[in-house]
Amino acid sequence: MKILVAVKRVIDYNVQIRVKEDNTGVVTDNVKMSTNPPDDNAIEEAVKIKEAGKATEVIAVSIGEEKAQETVRKALAVGADRGILVKTEGILEPLAVSKLLQKIVEKEKPDLVFMGKQAIDDDCNQTGQMLSALLNWPQATFASKIEIKDKSLEVTREIDEGLETIEINVPAIVTCDLRLNEPRYASLPNIMKAKKKPIEQINASDLGVDTTPRIEQTKVEEPPKRKAGIKVSSVAELVQKLKNEAKVI
Amino acid sequence: MSVLLIAEHNNKELRPFTLNAATAASQIDTDVHAVIIGHECGEAAKALSELELIKKVIQVEAPHYENFVAENFAPVIVKLSENYSHIISSANTFGKNLMPRIAAALDTSQISDITKVVSNDTFLRPIYAGNAFATVKSKDNKKCVTIRPTSFDPCESSGGSATIEKAEAGEEFVQTKFIKREEIKSDRPELGTARVVVSGGRGMQSGDNFKLITSLADKLNAAIGASRAAVDAGYISNDHQVGQTGKVVVPDLYIAVGISGAIQHLAGMKESKVIVAINKDGEAPIFSVADYGLEADLFEALPQFLEELNKLNTIQK
Repeated sequence: MKILVAVKRVIDYNVQIRVKEDNTGVVTDNVKMSTNPPDDNAIEEAVKIKEAGKATEVIAVSIGEEKAQETVRKALAVGADRGILVKTEGILEPLAVSKLLQKIVEKEKPDLVFMGKQAIDDDCNQTGQMLSALLNWPQATFASKIEIKDKSLEVTREIDEGLETIEINVPAIVTCDLRLNEPRYASLPNIMKAKKKPIEQINASDLGVDTTPRIEQTKVEEPPKRKAGIKVSSVAELVQKLKNEAKVI
Repeated sequence: MSVLLIAEHNNKELRPFTLNAATAASQIDTDVHAVIIGHECGEAAKALSELELIKKVIQVEAPHYENFVAENFAPVIVKLSENYSHIISSANTFGKNLMPRIAAALDTSQISDITKVVSNDTFLRPIYAGNAFATVKSKDNKKCVTIRPTSFDPCESSGGSATIEKAEAGEEFVQTKFIKREEIKSDRPELGTARVVVSGGRGMQSGDNFKLITSLADKLNAAIGASRAAVDAGYISNDHQVGQTGKVVVPDLYIAVGISGAIQHLAGMKESKVIVAINKDGEAPIFSVADYGLEADLFEALPQFLEELNKLNTIQK
């Protein structure tokens, strides 16, 4: 079984986001970037499956500017065998990303494609589902448990009402939830080894996909500020305030 | 052109967020039609036809629609989409799973999780877990939009009398097989729609100590929430998680107990009307969003809280 894992370079989840003064976006210059957190879970799961002898190769792919190579390199350091960087400039919408991934899938012919359930920058939660629609493959979104069977996977999905279990035949797409596993840290020797692993660079423009944005982002603003609250000195005071001032109990 | 709302249901009843999605749909265009896809879902279809805002219901039934598999649902909606300018659903796990499959098939760039309809092609949506808001304008002819349910009021569940039309079912997608669903049953209000939410964090120190949260929630008729840290520590099951990676809640009263207030938790609750924080660390970020902050040891404060509530003559339910 061959597994392709898509990873995205995003602003690190611990960074406090700042909106640009001209309201055209958020500040990304000199801001720490890292792998989209659930994409780390996707890589971890693929590597674990390989370690269990159920996959033969794990390929990490990222789409973005030159620097997205770091994100691919990190995936190689935790156990992916080789990498692919699809180079593009500017904003890519999930529809464009899924079309580019479709081209990579057609070329690499993986049995499984894994990725995070959502990117923490645009919060779209679309790419995996769109890719599976374009390929007409089954999809298992929000996966919190994956069991590999002969020609299928049994996947437990996190849904609003609780948990759902489905069986999907390969080839298939799985989008990973944070609870799927505990991503490992790359060891120093493995970081060194990863430097020797190959990363193929492809220009998005050579893949014959129209990636022109269909959505115009007209303005980015700070969220509405909450008015400053007060500290109360006792539980009795708190209950009085909730009853008589806020009138919520 | 009319808008098409995708109803969410359990084959017997509508799921409550369908009513919020109907409101959002009606703000785009008043001619709202709704499609209900399921198995023996006549009762739910009838309830849908009685929603005040719905002008027409399209019912599609087959045994393979019983479990809401997106691979089965998407082609049905793609086929119906010809007559509609917008396809709308809730941005909960149902809509998130389904809508992108429809959008990709229609070659449309989906707009996810909107909190406001600015015009029929322009919407407001949170990005970076609500740390910024983007105004976005769709240039696609057909628009696929998911809505954040808690940002729109539910529409009236009665007063409508839409006609119910039946449409032909599609083929079954055999590569995906539903096995089981484990719903967590509770007598409490649902986390996503409760008027009051009491949440515990890592400060609770153990699953056993969550009893204190439960007692307070019982008293206030509240839903029980938790931070990701409490879920990861195994104090409580993950369906209680509030935050960017859990549920987004907007109750009238949110009580955060022993929760430090990580960015990802704040993203799930900071739109609540009144926020109370109880934490012994006076510097905890949760206090920056709290209307009422109490710097105290929760193991002393929670029993006192119950005692004070017992002294009140009445508590709003």
